[in-house]
Amino acid sequence: MAVDLFYFLVFPGLLFAGITGGFLSWFDRKLTARVQFRKGPPLLQPFYDFFKLLLVKETILPKHGSPVTFLLAPVFSVFGATMAGVFILLPLFNITTGFRGDLLVIFYLLTIPSFSYIIGSLASGNPLAAVGGSREMKLILSYELTFLLVIAGVIMKCGQQFDLHSIIKTQQAASPFIGSVSGVLLFIVAVFCIQAKLALVPFDMPEAEAEITEGIFIEYSGASYAFIKLTKYIMLFILPSLLAAILLGGFRLDGIHILWSILKVLGIVLLLTLIRNTNPRIKIKQAVSFFLIWMNLIAVIAIVLIAFGY
Amino acid sequence: MGFKSYCFKKSLWVFHFGGASCNNCDIEILDCLTPRHDLERFGILLVGSIRHADVLLVNGSINTHDKERLIEIYEQAPKPLLVVAIGACGCTGGIFADSITFAGPVDKVIPVDAYIPGCPPKPEAIIAGIVKLVNK
Repeated sequence: MAVDLFYFLVFPGLLFAGITGGFLSWFDRKLTARVQFRKGPPLLQPFYDFFKLLLVKETILPKHGSPVTFLLAPVFSVFGATMAGVFILLPLFNITTGFRGDLLVIFYLLTIPSFSYIIGSLASGNPLAAVGGSREMKLILSYELTFLLVIAGVIMKCGQQFDLHSIIKTQQAASPFIGSVSGVLLFIVAVFCIQAKLALVPFDMPEAEAEITEGIFIEYSGASYAFIKLTKYIMLFILPSLLAAILLGGFRLDGIHILWSILKVLGIVLLLTLIRNTNPRIKIKQAVSFFLIWMNLIAVIAIVLIAFGY
Repeated sequence: MGFKSYCFKKSLWVFHFGGASCNNCDIEILDCLTPRHDLERFGILLVGSIRHADVLLVNGSINTHDKERLIEIYEQAPKPLLVVAIGACGCTGGIFADSITFAGPVDKVIPVDAYIPGCPPKPEAIIAGIVKLVNK
């Protein structure tokens, strides 16, 4: 019981994922600044932002809408992200072996933050937030099926095994799944799904649309916004780690392989940032047709290739 | 300086309210965020919602229409909030001070913490003003 609380709150849980996510968020902002020919913020900037929001600013409750739901939504999103993070990182760091079917549990737990954003935005009583919330709903409907197809492809490739630990072990015994044609296709589709789940440009229409009045988070201030930022930092760490686990061969923690493990996560965050900086924001109906038609087509082609053994 | 005020100074989020101005000061404020005089290296970000803001930048002379909206925006922002009046119009009314619809420079409407005069102030002057505000 105490060990479980330690896993949830300290080691691969809230504290570790929050701090690592903060550093990855700095990496993303510094890289954005360098691509735009400017210097970026200092190293601890995401932590200054988080502590300023938590300790200094006051939290204002909305007049219309429901204050209790408004305040509980960020708490649920931090909880969902941390639970998913614990289940992803425990097999990844080889601490425990997970349980059978935990890949599907991770998939469902990863939808909790997005749902809490929608619930929070609708509870804030602001029409701009409602527009952002409806856009987030449409975005979820489009990328969730594609993400499930990627997971189905990986499970097929691994011989019908549903737990993360055996997927990692299968890749470490043979070669990582990205070495095959179908693995490359699944990786491309998965990177776009992560871009949409993290609400990064070109898919950030729920958040920064309503033209730069910050859509779904418009009424959040102070401590509740600090929790939303914490959720974003944790998700920026655990989603590339999940991708490294299912397609790139997981982490190996002996000798030189520690460097490769860090480079895997940094490489995926680099890819997300470069896509973020070179693309405009697209409209919601373009995003829906992008995921439902094109990305699903590529994922289905990858699954057919897997069935033939490529 | 305690931990809280250190964190506050290292990460100031800016919201820009344009009063009835000629928009030159708006251009100079946006200039500060471009790569030449990059302000993000001090942690200063432009935010879209007043509920996320720590500094309210007001430029332009305030109209009778703008006055209620400026008071509403000031009350919607979570405290502690710093207010900066930019440009000659923001500080004293500038060339619009004699018109019929003029409702007072910014400090007649909301309390101001720093004044940055100029018509328009150069980005270097705006940065110097923000540094003086932070060190206060």
